[in-house]
Amino acid sequence: MDRVPILKIGDILLVSIQIDMEDQVALQLQEDLAERIVATGCHGVIIDISGLDIVDSFVGRTLATIASISRVLDAETVVVGMRPAVAITLVELGLSLPGIRTALNVELGMALLARDQAEEFDELVEEATAPAVDEP
Amino acid sequence: MALGPEEASRFAALLEEHQEALAGAWTDRVAQGLRGRLSRAELQRQIADLRKAFSAALAGGAVDLNHEPATELRAQLSELSSGRARLGFSATETALSVFALKAAMLGVLDGNDAANLRDYVAFSGFVDEAALFTFDSYVHAREGLIADQAEQLLELSTPVVKLWEGVVAVPLVGTLDSARAQVVMERLLQTLVDTGSPYAIIDITGVPAVDTQVAQHILKTVVAARLMGADCIISGIRPQIAQTIVALGIEFGDIATKASLADALRYVLKKSGR
Amino acid sequence: MSDGGERIEVGTDQDVVRVRQLVRTVAVSVKLSLVDQTKLVTAASELARNTLVYGGGGTVEVDRVDNGRRQGIRIVFSDRGPGIADLDLALTDGYTTGRGLGLGLSGARRLVDEFVIDTAIGQGTTITVTKWCR
Repeated sequence: MDRVPILKIGDILLVSIQIDMEDQVALQLQEDLAERIVATGCHGVIIDISGLDIVDSFVGRTLATIASISRVLDAETVVVGMRPAVAITLVELGLSLPGIRTALNVELGMALLARDQAEEFDELVEEATAPAVDEP
Repeated sequence: MALGPEEASRFAALLEEHQEALAGAWTDRVAQGLRGRLSRAELQRQIADLRKAFSAALAGGAVDLNHEPATELRAQLSELSSGRARLGFSATETALSVFALKAAMLGVLDGNDAANLRDYVAFSGFVDEAALFTFDSYVHAREGLIADQAEQLLELSTPVVKLWEGVVAVPLVGTLDSARAQVVMERLLQTLVDTGSPYAIIDITGVPAVDTQVAQHILKTVVAARLMGADCIISGIRPQIAQTIVALGIEFGDIATKASLADALRYVLKKSGR
Repeated sequence: MSDGGERIEVGTDQDVVRVRQLVRTVAVSVKLSLVDQTKLVTAASELARNTLVYGGGGTVEVDRVDNGRRQGIRIVFSDRGPGIADLDLALTDGYTTGRGLGLGLSGARRLVDEFVIDTAIGQGTTITVTKWCR
């Protein structure tokens, strides 16, 4: 059975789906990703679907599940490279991929993740430097 | 009166035996009608191919055009039609090029034989069938050409422009029917991918009226763009259109709408932190 | 008028992929636009999976069709599974059975031009979809 490769780039795991996946392969990817996130402690996942001809409800659900699982493991997921024909079909199908963030390509996806990290960091700094309530 | 298998092989033999005389007479007749719009060499080549195809079909036992051995002949006839359609010849001129085989064949037949006459009529019927098929193929090819041209025209009239780094704009002009809306939608989405632009401004200043269908198309485009990771802003909404939208109860939800293209651009630049 | 089609026995995940690939190939040969190809292959993927998962396996047959004016594709999905108990419910938008199968039939129906479903409890299900070139 084919396995979708997962690449580590800094604090991000990059998955590029180039094949027409059997359902089992998609489920295996879900498992593999969860393991890698924990093993590497990465905080970002980018799934590149520019190689996918179609996204049916199974793939859609798998992507949503991956995003949810990743979030629980403290990693944000961005799906990139959706083809126009696929987007148009999803609209017609009424599938909205809730909870999944998207970007046009890997570069924009990484920028999105970086912005999030920066915002998170800013918040942490704010909290840390806020004056304590009971200090004179 | 249809061709019998015996007559078919006889004519096939004639087509082979008198190749040169037939091809020559055939070419001459056709050349007359085409009045030099096709080079003699090209015409000779077309006629030679057709003669071979007729010969092969008849030798294979074809008694009518839909018969399996006539498959190659049908293919040749279709090619003749599309070629002539592209070059601007009329359907009649194209069919005449096939009809001319009959007169050419008459030239090589022994005119005194009575049996010959009956066979000739049957052969004539076969050629008629071929010529009519050519006529039909021609019409089909022409319709295809017109459809292609219509598509090209559609593409030219719906430009997608890059306004700024990461921002594209689609100025919609004129009435938006279903077909056109689809094309615009597909081109906009493709441009987003090609340019890597996370923002698109759909300007409808030039759209005279917006009905539910048009609004649906625009909405679908925006949702699709969002799925892909880009945001759309709609600009150029005139007072009348705003009233129509509200009256029709069309909900643009959280899609940003601005009065002018400039406002939309300003909004986008601010949003992307520039 | 249709021309001798191709048939795939659907018994595994791999077969669903083969159905997608076959439908794509035929769609290209019939010159369906890219968006229409995508819609049809997506619908075929949904329905083939249903045949496998709910129908306990079955067959998918793909044919080119011609109605005199346009070319098209007809796909028949049939299984000898339990059949669909409440067809109206199954065709309602957003209907899912316990396994959460997503939008299933109603979604697939929106992606094609013609959609005919023949089903009865204990008698299996046959779904025929057709998509025409524009």
